[in-house]
Amino acid sequence: MSRAGLVRTAIVVAAVAALELAARGGLLRAGVAVPPSEVAAKLWSILRAGDANADLAETLGNVALACGLALVAGFSLGAVVHGLPRLRRALDPFLASYYALPFFAFYPVLIVVLGIGRLPIVAIGFMFAVVAMMVATLNGFDRIPRALPRTARVWRMGPVRTALKIKLPSAAPHLFTGIKLAVAYAFIGVIAAEFIMATSGLGYAIAYAFNNYDNRTMYALMLLLLGIVVVVNGVLHGAEQRLLARRRAR
Amino acid sequence: MPTRLLDTLLVLAVGLLAWQGVHWLAPDAVTSPAGTVARAAEMLASPRFWPHAGETAWAFALSLVFAIGGGLAIGLPLGLHRFSAEVGEPILVSLYSLPKITLYPVILLVFGLGLSAKVAFGTIHGLVPVAIFAMNGVLALPPVYARAARALRLSRWRTLAAVLAPAAVPEIVTGVRIGFSVTLLGVFIGEMFSSQRGLGFLLMNAIGLHDVPTMLAIILMVGAFAVTANAALLALEHRLHHRPA
Amino acid sequence: MTVRPLTRPAAATAPHEIHARLAGVTRTYGAVGGRGGVHALGPVDIALRRGEFYSVIGPSGCGKSTLLDVLSGLSRPSAGTIVFEGRPVDGAVPDGVGVVFQEDASFPWMTVRDNIGFGLRENGVDAAEIGRRVDAALALMGLRDFAAAYPPQLSGGMRQRVCIARTLVMQPRLILLDEPFGALDAQTRLIMGDELLRVWRETGATVMLITHALDEAAMLSDRIGVMSARPGRILAEIETGWPRERDSRIAADPGFGAVTSRLWGLLREESLRAIGAQAPAGADRA
Ligand SMILES: Nc1ncnc2c1ncn2[C@@H]1O[C@H](COP(=O)(O)OP(=O)(O)O)[C@@H](O)[C@H]1O
Ligand SMILES: [Mg+2]
Repeated sequence: MSRAGLVRTAIVVAAVAALELAARGGLLRAGVAVPPSEVAAKLWSILRAGDANADLAETLGNVALACGLALVAGFSLGAVVHGLPRLRRALDPFLASYYALPFFAFYPVLIVVLGIGRLPIVAIGFMFAVVAMMVATLNGFDRIPRALPRTARVWRMGPVRTALKIKLPSAAPHLFTGIKLAVAYAFIGVIAAEFIMATSGLGYAIAYAFNNYDNRTMYALMLLLLGIVVVVNGVLHGAEQRLLARRRAR
Repeated sequence: MPTRLLDTLLVLAVGLLAWQGVHWLAPDAVTSPAGTVARAAEMLASPRFWPHAGETAWAFALSLVFAIGGGLAIGLPLGLHRFSAEVGEPILVSLYSLPKITLYPVILLVFGLGLSAKVAFGTIHGLVPVAIFAMNGVLALPPVYARAARALRLSRWRTLAAVLAPAAVPEIVTGVRIGFSVTLLGVFIGEMFSSQRGLGFLLMNAIGLHDVPTMLAIILMVGAFAVTANAALLALEHRLHHRPA
Repeated sequence: MTVRPLTRPAAATAPHEIHARLAGVTRTYGAVGGRGGVHALGPVDIALRRGEFYSVIGPSGCGKSTLLDVLSGLSRPSAGTIVFEGRPVDGAVPDGVGVVFQEDASFPWMTVRDNIGFGLRENGVDAAEIGRRVDAALALMGLRDFAAAYPPQLSGGMRQRVCIARTLVMQPRLILLDEPFGALDAQTRLIMGDELLRVWRETGATVMLITHALDEAAMLSDRIGVMSARPGRILAEIETGWPRERDSRIAADPGFGAVTSRLWGLLREESLRAIGAQAPAGADRA
């Protein structure tokens, strides 16, 4: 592990230890803070009994679906809008304020339009993720050296081929930022939708535990979610580093 | 530029048309744009609306101050010290991508119902992006700036105040703009679940009563506020980046 | 070993057969809302002879890159006509034209070998032929040991060689180069110039080289078009009269000094104008 990684691990371990001590020493209100060791033990028992498996599978499926759709749609939209500078400038303020909208409020509307079930949840995850990918595509395309698409024109490549074979790989480092954001936002959207309105899924399970004063289960499930997010981020980070490694000077 | 304004209005018109189209397809689920505007006007005229709006504005202003102040306090020092940035960045990114709504029970347990809970909720949403952008803004400065400042024999403090901070301002403003949006979202979510006042509370009420016109009217008003504020921040950003607005 | 020629050998050509011609070509950028934009180029008339090495020299910002853009078909002229091999060029790059850009245009995500072969693959050339041509280009450009490297691992000069190789494998009959050696140190420039001369001789292609370096133009060219400050026009065309078999040692030729001093005589005034030393800077922009 790198030195930075070691220091980071030390910081996280110290924070967890401090929380443990504070919770055990009664520094925090009882019931509010459960010692991390007990949370981990609870999570272990939940995982062993398989109590959360169905919810977990459903949530991950929703996230994967929302994210996959958002990546394809976001890239395509970004590529098209980048080619239309006037439309792009007109859209800018809307894209910039997109994330201030409380999407969850659309949930009842989506239920009427899409029916009850996973579809409205996936739709919210998608709505959350798609603009992040679109904006990242726009930013990435902005930074493509001018000579690259011009080279494609010298070879008389069409716009779609140029987008896929020149612009996409050239903008890849920026697109990766978009992918990371889209994954994170798909998680946020899906979990939030489940938390607020669904009757199944990990987000629902957390809300359910909270409403039943079962803080131990609630924290355990939150830890599970945190673990998943950290692992997914780690995998994406590793893939990104491999991609970038080649592009750096020796 | 007039063409620019025209284009924006055109996009707006297309959006309204699409909205109207959805209304025709599902009249019960989606109020028409005209109906929504009428409901919004009705709300704006009602004296009971304003205390809620004021409450939300106050909570939002407080959250924004905490989010920007805290974000800069964390992000700038990290940006100045490359090793600290290397240590801190993955932590910040993980925090950013954590579905913060799940922290809402914890916040509620710690702060109880009321203003402090929603300010806390708004702050945790906005603080991390402000910190990440401030950090990256400073990190991404060409090393030649610091070397030029050394060659001019500026003190550490002058280097920071006169060279590095102004050079990083455009990135910082980008972070503030994004922080602005998500802080607003955070306050709103906070109000939806942990408050008896504010626009978020009104929205949650409307959802519970299946009062679609009120729901959409609130989203429309918040959306209009967000778009206007963002357009202003975006114009500032373009100017700072020395790009044509 | 002998390197296989990369380009179809030139047909036996009549002396002074015109390969490409610009007539009355001008280009104005961004004339929006009735306000006049930047008049970058022209009117320019140039007739490129088949197989000649023609250089364009001029002060920076005089419209050299703009000239290359419109000649290659990458952008449309605001007025005037361009003809390549008897057909008008209008907004698309014709078959048989290759361009090396001023900026680094190598693809950082591909190996050197894949970079060089990319254009051929896109144009459906079969794999065996691609392999042959890429090998020849790697050898010619001295890149054989770096075939598996990625461009970011190479020096600027080697990246530019990748771009030149990538252009040559397409076997262009007209090669346009926009200050291709701009980023290189002086010695490497000389060597690359010699390599370019060799390629030119072996392939029989017509070359138009854009440069701002006096000695480079004087050393490499059969003819040199000298451009005025913006809006660039051709002030004069100078025949060097060098033999076809030549290299950078031509700089020792007694005639070399005469060519460079003639070029500088024409360019000094224009360069001063371009940097605004006589007219107040930017006065013509307002
Ligand atoms: N896309 C463009 N839009 C507006 N002006 C341009 C554009 N490209 C070049 N110019 C202007 O046209 C003039 C000639 O540019 P260029 O052909 O690049 O010059 P050179 O290659 O000789 O240095 C310059 O004044 C430049 O600022
Ligand atoms: Mg140029």
